[in-house]
Amino acid sequence: MTTPLLEVSGLRVAFPGQDGPREVVRGISFTVGREKVGIVGESGSGKSMTARAILDLIPPPGRVSADRLAFAGEDLTRLRPKERARLRGRRIAMVLQDPRHALNPVMTVGAQLAETFQVHHRLGRGEARRCSIEALDAVHIRDPERVVRLYPHEISGGMGQRAMIAMMLAPGPELLLADEPTSALDATVEAGILETLDELVTARGMGLVLVSHDLDLVAAFCDRVLVFYAGRIVEELPARDLAQARHPYTQGLLACVPRLGERRRELPVLRRDPSWAAS
Amino acid sequence: MAVASEQDNPAGLTREEPRAHSALRRLSGRALSLIASVVLTVFGLLVVTFFIGRVMPVDPLLAVVGDRAPEHVRAQAATELGLDLPLWRQFLRYLGEILQGDFGNSVLSGQPVLTDIARFFPATLELATAATLIGVCLGVPLGVLAATRHGQWPDQVIRVVALAGYSVPVFWLGLVGLLVFYAELGWVAGPGRIDVVYEYTIEPVIGLMLVDTLLAGDGAAFLDAFWHLVLPASVLGYLSLAYITRMTRSLMLAELGQEYVIAARVKGLPERLVIWRHVLGNIMVPLITTIALSYAYLLEGAVLTETVFAWPGLGLYITQSLFSADLTAVLGATIVIGLVFIGLNLLSDLLYTLVDPRAR
Repeated sequence: MTTPLLEVSGLRVAFPGQDGPREVVRGISFTVGREKVGIVGESGSGKSMTARAILDLIPPPGRVSADRLAFAGEDLTRLRPKERARLRGRRIAMVLQDPRHALNPVMTVGAQLAETFQVHHRLGRGEARRCSIEALDAVHIRDPERVVRLYPHEISGGMGQRAMIAMMLAPGPELLLADEPTSALDATVEAGILETLDELVTARGMGLVLVSHDLDLVAAFCDRVLVFYAGRIVEELPARDLAQARHPYTQGLLACVPRLGERRRELPVLRRDPSWAAS
Repeated sequence: MAVASEQDNPAGLTREEPRAHSALRRLSGRALSLIASVVLTVFGLLVVTFFIGRVMPVDPLLAVVGDRAPEHVRAQAATELGLDLPLWRQFLRYLGEILQGDFGNSVLSGQPVLTDIARFFPATLELATAATLIGVCLGVPLGVLAATRHGQWPDQVIRVVALAGYSVPVFWLGLVGLLVFYAELGWVAGPGRIDVVYEYTIEPVIGLMLVDTLLAGDGAAFLDAFWHLVLPASVLGYLSLAYITRMTRSLMLAELGQEYVIAARVKGLPERLVIWRHVLGNIMVPLITTIALSYAYLLEGAVLTETVFAWPGLGLYITQSLFSADLTAVLGATIVIGLVFIGLNLLSDLLYTLVDPRAR
């Protein structure tokens, strides 16, 4: 097998707490190739922190350590912060959860897209603007010439997330992390966004890590699934086998998903066992 | 492809014209409410100044006729000034005079109060503007530096510097400044706005010494005026810097954790752009308020600084008038200050709509 895009081994993220440092990611190892990997788990299981640690965006006083953190064979832990920063956008990018907060409210959509082109491709203003319009067109936003002139509060959440995807793909990254890219949006919009994401990622031969708490979505969309629990990976399995998961936690998660047309009074309470997260 | 039937294109995708039209209507509505609020505020200001003038336990006739005037002279003066009328008629009369630009005559100088103010205010304007420029040009970068190095030594140093600006009495700073930089080192000029040599050769055109000397084409006088301005402007500028730095720092700190800042970093923008374009763009609205407030505060006339530096500004004028019970002058100057305050607030309101698209 060739070198995977992303190799993570023994990744830990800790924040200082009242009684010593508190680990929110506790020794996680996985690899991502040019494929679609889903990360599922409850809130607080360390999904987003893992994504941010890969990008070196854990805010202080958080601390990140890893036995190995490599991108395309290059050891990221040995790079200086400036060099880590240079990988962002150009090689690894991330789609954030809520476009209402993740787009700058005082800049037009076009300006935010254009600056990305200007910084990464050293384009002039007019050229960057043309590329922005093309990029919006590529994520299936209708009338992109008009949308570039709008501010984030003037467009819908779905359009915002499409603009966000266009913005994050603009530098031409090889790996895209998507941190719950549709959970802030209407369910009707979700499918379209994911379809666009899939289309672009596949066309460019990129790797994609989709962080989500939606099991059905991950099962349908991804190749492989990592199940997070309390800062650890408790199970890793092909997405199509998710329904046959062996780990009691994954089974518990699956049992908690309500089905349409199902006659059931109460959803079961998720079973948790601290020993699952023990090493 | 499912995209064509997708629901995520909102009603926002209407035509161009209705959008522009409704924006225009909203803007004119805003303008109307702005004008209404300005008129109301000015009216309130006049009511307050009038009643303060009447309530103050100062006999307004004392300054006019002196304390040994016989009763019939007092009565005559009272009739001339309209002091025998009922209070509401006095107020209407006052309102009418003000609206005609008649603020009354200063007892002390014998001249119309407005003429006096026109002579004193430019000095304050010059000083306050220079101080605010110093405060903004240094305060904003220092605040940004402190926020981006939160908890590290630059932050600590800047916080101490700003705290000192708050706590050190400004007259003390002025005196020490004069002692060190004027008396000992001789780097700057002493008290006053300009050397007596130039005092009567420079024709006052708009009252700002730096501009007037330039208009007169007198380079030496310009430099002299500049060196007179440097120290008082720096002392007041330090005060303004302290406030602006602290506000910039805390505004930045609140903003740095926002999602759009993370997004800007994720897409690989250099930190310089993240801070100066994205974050600063978002704290512009509160920052403008901060700067306008500090400017307005300085325009009221920094009494202590103007006294220490013998700077013939509004603060000095009001203090002198107050000490000689010249109520007309004090009220006139108070109204002017109030109007400046209202004007600056209006200006910052208008600037909001420029820097924040959501306010349009």
